[in-house]
Amino acid sequence: MSDLNKSTLTQITNLIKTKKISSLEVTKFFIKNIEKAKKLNTFITTCFEKSLKDAKNFDIKKNYNGLLPGIPLAVKDLFCTKNIKTTAGSKILENFIPAYESSVTNNLWLEGAIILGKLNCDEFAMGSSNETSYFGNVINPIGKNLVPGGSSGGSAGALAANLTPATIGTDTGGSIRQPASFTGTVGLKPTYGLCSRWGIVAFASSLDQAGPMTKNVEDCALLLEAMSGYDPKDSTSINKKKEQYSKNLNENIKGLKIGIPKEYRIDNMPKEIDNIWNKGIDILKKSGATIVNISLPHTNYALPTYYIVAPAEASSNLARYDGVKYGYRSKKGKNLTEMYENTRGEGFGREVKRRVLIGTYVLSSGYYDAYYLKAQKVRKLIKNDFDESFKKIDAILTPSTPSSAFKFGEKTNDPISMYLNDIFTVPVNLAGIPAISIPGGVDNKGYPMGLQLIAKALDEQKILNIALTMEKAINFKNSINRWWEN
Amino acid sequence: MVGKLMQKDKFNYFIKTEKNNWEVIIGLEVHAQVVSESKLFSGSSTKFGGKPNTQVSLVDSAFPGMLPVINEYCIEQAVKTGLGLNAKINLDSIFDRKNYFYADLPAGYQISQYKNPIVGEGEINLDMPYGSKKIGIERLHLEQDAGKSIHDLSPDNTYVDLNRSGVALMEIVSKPDLRSPEEVNSYVKKLRSIMRYLNTCDGNMQEGSLRADVNVSVRKKGETKFGTRCEIKNVNSIKFMEMAIDSEAKRQVELLESGKSIDQETRLFDTKKKETRSMRSKEEAHDYRYFPDPDLLPLKINKSFVENLKKKLPELPDQKRDRYIKKFNLSPYEANVLVSEIDVSKFFEEVIKTADIKLAKNWIIVELFAVLNEKNIEIKDSPVTPKNLAILINQISSGNISGKIAKEVFDIMIKTGSSADKIIENKGLKQQSNPEEIKKIIKKVLDKNSEKVLEYKSGKVKLFGFFIGEVMKISAGKANPKLVNEILKTELKK
Repeated sequence: MSDLNKSTLTQITNLIKTKKISSLEVTKFFIKNIEKAKKLNTFITTCFEKSLKDAKNFDIKKNYNGLLPGIPLAVKDLFCTKNIKTTAGSKILENFIPAYESSVTNNLWLEGAIILGKLNCDEFAMGSSNETSYFGNVINPIGKNLVPGGSSGGSAGALAANLTPATIGTDTGGSIRQPASFTGTVGLKPTYGLCSRWGIVAFASSLDQAGPMTKNVEDCALLLEAMSGYDPKDSTSINKKKEQYSKNLNENIKGLKIGIPKEYRIDNMPKEIDNIWNKGIDILKKSGATIVNISLPHTNYALPTYYIVAPAEASSNLARYDGVKYGYRSKKGKNLTEMYENTRGEGFGREVKRRVLIGTYVLSSGYYDAYYLKAQKVRKLIKNDFDESFKKIDAILTPSTPSSAFKFGEKTNDPISMYLNDIFTVPVNLAGIPAISIPGGVDNKGYPMGLQLIAKALDEQKILNIALTMEKAINFKNSINRWWEN
Repeated sequence: MVGKLMQKDKFNYFIKTEKNNWEVIIGLEVHAQVVSESKLFSGSSTKFGGKPNTQVSLVDSAFPGMLPVINEYCIEQAVKTGLGLNAKINLDSIFDRKNYFYADLPAGYQISQYKNPIVGEGEINLDMPYGSKKIGIERLHLEQDAGKSIHDLSPDNTYVDLNRSGVALMEIVSKPDLRSPEEVNSYVKKLRSIMRYLNTCDGNMQEGSLRADVNVSVRKKGETKFGTRCEIKNVNSIKFMEMAIDSEAKRQVELLESGKSIDQETRLFDTKKKETRSMRSKEEAHDYRYFPDPDLLPLKINKSFVENLKKKLPELPDQKRDRYIKKFNLSPYEANVLVSEIDVSKFFEEVIKTADIKLAKNWIIVELFAVLNEKNIEIKDSPVTPKNLAILINQISSGNISGKIAKEVFDIMIKTGSSADKIIENKGLKQQSNPEEIKKIIKKVLDKNSEKVLEYKSGKVKLFGFFIGEVMKISAGKANPKLVNEILKTELKK
């Protein structure tokens, strides 16, 4: 039997399809890995009984037609899963068991995948280090004292530690790409509307988008193909035919024009990041692409714009967690208002409260025009910057994050410095366009750092192809010695 | 309407005090439930009267990750209503979130339309005794209804029924053009009538399908600036609206005349005390933090969608009234009465398919309405069907029964619901129209009263009525009065 710790999703898929290994064997292998990795705290919920049952069923039925035949997968705990606890990393949903399945996870199961469990994340996906989760920190497999990034920190950690052959996350301002960058893995944020939002606990509806997190680009194409697709239950879903990203994946990027935005060269950026970026540029040149210097003039306003739009939507989206219908309800309080105050006061963590307050403030009468309306206008300008650029170029190359993984507690008391982590990722969410983060190399501490490729809406195939080409040339290998298993 | 009008035909609603005449300014926000099978953003049923929480989807109860999807039929209904109000249809409109916390509002926000409603300005024509008056419509927008909190089932708990949560409502906002409770009465009835013609709202106020927030302010007669207004929330009958306006206007006048000012606030009408009381002041008013719902794209309607609906629009009350006046030679009053409710006009049109128009309109407006009013039932529940009324009218037209007998037959029809033909036959009420038979009766009467015949001939012509009476008595009222008249005259000349 091949070493599943060294196998990719695509390889395992082929092993199962060619009957070299059964779904049950694969499932058992990952369950064993998960059981040995409790220290990392990547899982909030496991459901091994169901996993094993589903794997056995798969082996009996032997239906190899799906894209993910008998593949066990763990998913971020923001996706509602039928009859399996879904917490969104929050106390307020600590014991919430949905009676329904999110469209995206349902797509995975329809392609033959099997659920392993639910992965830790920042509370309601609000965070860049997974430190806001009610269920505790996730430890980055790269190093004991390192955060895995966020908000899909559990997903990135579990993937890097090979507790799941691939996974899915959600990305509102960088929540897939930043943890991918911090853990030396691949993460893609699709075009807004490519993957259904139905059944995903909402953070900021106009920015939220689910996407694949994988060990390499080939897996990323496969998983994106499996999870995406039009969903009439989501009014913002794009009604178009499903793409065959895997089949169309190739390394021919000759003649493509790649933009390098000058605004992404920010002050005080570590030298190593510049080096990795420049290395990426060289690879693209050698592969036959043309490098074009471009300007995205409103980039500087992206972060403040994001931190108005996202909290505004969140303040409204999170109003439903009021203790009336489901979830946590405080026992204290003499009347309805006090019940609300205590339930939300006790049920939400600090970061969530901070954002609900910011959001409520920017939508208040008298402040709406100055904040929310202005932010929407700036958002249009940011989108226009990209639109204009993509008239001349095919894709944009930037670093994924302004630093590598940082230590626990390092930024906890400084929200602004925490928010700055999203500086390269949020413009993409504001513009609703796709971007992928792939490992670009390591810094002087040996921590991985990602490169980001951005394309115009629905050009996922293009950035996948460029990413594949760069991946081959960079030939990044995570040096993880499975220290947590001792 | 200039000229010599009687006092009652002149607008005369002012709050009169020793010092002043106060004019009352009223604007209405009517909430009309859209006629549709399913809710505005979910597939749940909208049927009234279901067991609590049996018509609730995951969307209606705001479960995590649930998303709204617009019900296209509700859009159609709103556009139709807009067309019926001669209003501008906005091809681009936006759904916004109106944020506030309440136990029967599961999402913590109501999806509504704020700055960009689906329907813009329009108007409604009222026929008042003092002439016709146009009331401006400011806008019509679509929104979700909330659930229902039930406070009186338990001393310790409030129960919530979400069956209504998410049902589509049209909020129809008038301009401040109304000046009296009577005009409000007429406005609500006209609006309801238009929506019933269009089948966009059933207008059933008992079931809460139609309710209104009433804005009231007062100013001295002759002034042009509006006073500070108060909003009376959620009034659910026309009678209460009239009472609330009158009482609220008087309260405001009293305050102003005693040198105080009006606070802009939201008030409630206490139906037992027949007065309004404060609900919340301007300072306590909610900040709803409206913003476009990011779960829904801006709503775009095609011109052709609107044009198609326009083509399919039924004849509306005003058009029907004009047609009735022209085609059936009815008075404006009669026409208005017959078109005000679509069911009445349907009834009328069914009757005149086979029966005389003049008789039909009189029988409906006078006899049938009296019965319906007395029994307090709608015309669609009338014990006399249009077909049966037509049969009765035809019996009159063909001379088979007299008008007097017809009323007797009608009474029996009301009680039993059976047809005029059967009643006339079974009771032998058919009119005696055989001249020979009538002659026989007349001769009998004249023979019996020979003295009176002599008196008549010597000039006491008033006795003619006596002879008629005697003839009718013997014929049990069935003798054809016209024939009796003619034959009696000839016989008395002999």
